[in-house]
Amino acid sequence: MSGVSVANVGKAFPKEDGTFTQALEGVNLEIGDTEFICLVGPSGCGKTTLLRIIAGLETATTGSVTIEGRAVTGPDPKRGMVFQEYSLFPWRRVIDNVAFGLEMKGVGKEERRRTADRYIELVGLSQFRDAYPYELSGGMRQRVAIARALANDPDVLLMDEPFGALDAQTRNHMQKELLSLWKQTKKTIVFVTHSVDEAVYLATRIVVLTPRPGSIREVIEIPWPHPRDRTSPEFAEVRRRVLRMIDESENIQ
Amino acid sequence: MKQQTQKRLLGIAAVAVVAIVWQIIADYVVGRSFILPSVTDVASAFINLLGSGTLLTDLAVSLEHFGIGIIAAFILGVPLGILMGWFRVADHLLDPIIETLRPIPPLAWIPFAIIWFGLTTQAAGFVIFAGAFFPILTATYAAFRDVPKVFVEAGKVLGCDTSFELIRYVALPAAVPAIASGVRIAMGVGWMCLVAAEMFGVSTYGLGYQLWHNYYLHQMPNVVVYMLILGFTGLIIDRIFRNYVDKQLLRWRAGEVA
Ligand SMILES: Nc1ncnc2c1ncn2[C@@H]1O[C@H](COP(=O)(O)OP(=O)(O)O)[C@@H](O)[C@H]1O
Ligand SMILES: [Mg+2]
Repeated sequence: MSGVSVANVGKAFPKEDGTFTQALEGVNLEIGDTEFICLVGPSGCGKTTLLRIIAGLETATTGSVTIEGRAVTGPDPKRGMVFQEYSLFPWRRVIDNVAFGLEMKGVGKEERRRTADRYIELVGLSQFRDAYPYELSGGMRQRVAIARALANDPDVLLMDEPFGALDAQTRNHMQKELLSLWKQTKKTIVFVTHSVDEAVYLATRIVVLTPRPGSIREVIEIPWPHPRDRTSPEFAEVRRRVLRMIDESENIQ
Repeated sequence: MKQQTQKRLLGIAAVAVVAIVWQIIADYVVGRSFILPSVTDVASAFINLLGSGTLLTDLAVSLEHFGIGIIAAFILGVPLGILMGWFRVADHLLDPIIETLRPIPPLAWIPFAIIWFGLTTQAAGFVIFAGAFFPILTATYAAFRDVPKVFVEAGKVLGCDTSFELIRYVALPAAVPAIASGVRIAMGVGWMCLVAAEMFGVSTYGLGYQLWHNYYLHQMPNVVVYMLILGFTGLIIDRIFRNYVDKQLLRWRAGEVA
């Protein structure tokens, strides 16, 4: 229903001195419906850039991204995004942050608040519905950000290291919650992380990028059901494999 | 709570001490009310002025001048700041004009204020406008420049698809604290301009006008009364504005304000 097709995508950022930073080159990726894709790779390899191109916040220099056969030309509420840094609107209460997208669609106040309440409940923050973002912890803020993206009922949920700033315990907890949200909402998720452990825990497929200019080095299927056991030998084995790939490529660089 | 009371008591004590020292110096050291009116001179002058009824009229006239100037500055400064802060073309177009006019001291506009508007409330309002406009404009401009990119992108991803929507729902609310500080500065500048504008004869009423008028009449205790009222009114205006901003506009910032 909501396949994402990345075809030969390249991205060059112009630099001050007239040359270019080639961030991505020849990226090809087919993402199927309800997949949970994790993008990993050495830092600076273009993970964020690729996600932003899919979101329509950045335009590819070559190639194209199509969703359901339609080319991505700009941002669209059909593609939800959870940013790495805190992106909640600090002047809006939790409920009005979550209802923001619906408000932009012109949904009436009563109805959008009802919908927003549902998503706030889904991320377990009902008692904070009237709080301002400054009153929330980092983990709660990202949960609200996820609820805000989901409230638009997007086809694809794009997440850029959403748990990167959280402590290990909160992070593990958030991973579990995200998996449960994914099961309930059946969204396609593209999730950038620098934590290989996180990727192996979450993804149905891990996409490993090469160092800059980023292109796809390997795609690893992980067919195991969730919840996964981090301490199992096969988990460790996959983690080691992916880490070695990233390490190697970093050393070559 | 206890600390609050202590703070207040200390404040009152300090004012009392200053008043007593002032009274002693005025009575026994200087000895001439023309050079330094004593506290009691000023107090009886204040009561006389209250009785004669001009005090409230002057206050009202000054507030009217001030209101005209500040409201005009706000109505023009904020939209222009938004335009210049958000749209590159508007910035390039208007910036040279703004930068030419901005360094002109507001009081330098007094002659033309009188020629254009005559001796009217609008003339005084115009001088205050000239002082208040630029702080509001530059604060709005800078605030729009500084709107975090992630808010704008979040807005786009969530369905703001026009500049108007992004300004209305993202940039403007993000800019409110900085605009409010700009307005506060503008009100301070405007209040100073008010006194000067009225003193230079833009109007024949008002606190600033009376201050100068009483100087001509050598009524120095009255001059001190007007000085104190000007200071006090400025303070109260600032307090009211700040309270309003903190309580109504910036609840989401919880205390750490301007
Ligand atoms: N807006 C930009 N302008 C110029 N260069 C950029 C921009 N965004 C990213 N880059 C460059 O592109 C490369 C990839 O960046 P990014 O996608 O953020 O990497 P990652 O998320 O994998 O760490 C980096 O070298 C970065 O400096
Ligand atoms: Mg990144």
